Amino acid sequence: MVHWTAEEKQLITSVWGKVNVEECGAEALARLLIVYPWTQRFFSSFGNLSSPTAIIGNPKVRAHGRKVLTSFGEAVKNLDNIKTTFSKLSELHCEKLHVDPENFRLLGDILIIVLASHFARDFTPACQFAWQKLVGVVAHALARKYH
Amino acid sequence: MLTADDKKMIQQTWDKVSGHAEAVGEEALWRLFITYPQTKTYFPHFDLTRGSEQVRSHGKKVVNALTNAIKNMDNLSQALSELSNLHAYNLRVDPVNFKLLSQCFQVVLAVNLGKDYTPEVHAAFDKFLSAVAAVLAEKYR
Repeated sequence: MVHWTAEEKQLITSVWGKVNVEECGAEALARLLIVYPWTQRFFSSFGNLSSPTAIIGNPKVRAHGRKVLTSFGEAVKNLDNIKTTFSKLSELHCEKLHVDPENFRLLGDILIIVLASHFARDFTPACQFAWQKLVGVVAHALARKYH
Repeated sequence: MLTADDKKMIQQTWDKVSGHAEAVGEEALWRLFITYPQTKTYFPHFDLTRGSEQVRSHGKKVVNALTNAIKNMDNLSQALSELSNLHAYNLRVDPVNFKLLSQCFQVVLAVNLGKDYTPEVHAAFDKFLSAVAAVLAEKYR
């Protein structure tokens, strides 16, 4: 089981308390599709993804980004129980969606950069460490039910 | 492949931060050591406390290498040839670490540039840094 120090938990929850889930979720998913265009393979039903502007303005990207980051929030609320929290979502991504787990890692790295650009100097190295650890644990939990 | 637009954005972005090259390099390395503690294994001979002379001067070295790479984006292999030799035959740093440093560099750029680290700039830099990483690893075997 992952161990979190009191400081790590505090760094995670204090940043999370300031995150605008709608904005950051939309931005993280849009950046994923722009920076790593091969991730678009999962979103063929989303309509126009032909340019950065189209991706950023696509309402389905916005809505889905919000959904993804809202779900990510469950990890923040259940830091000591992330594997169980994401067990159903892991099954869904494996069995129905067929998403290569590498994509979870890419989205995690992107989310870190989105947070860094939003919080600037407040996103300290200690914060980065705690958050990089968190996105790694979440990616691992989401990949856990693959078989 | 970096497009003409990518190159322009990389150059413009770098111009904004390279005035404080030493600080940028030091922060990227510092974030690397804090976020991925395993990377410290390559620097057993360094004083790894924040702001140490060794971390600062190494940070500067890394930034200067990137500045050189940006000046030679059309010919990275040749521009980074010596550095590539050094990593393949001498330092033998596992190439996974180039990705980790790339992530830390991008965090430093995002922290410094805020909204100006746009998705387009982000995509261009990510591509550029992975091209640099590929060159550094190309002589490993």
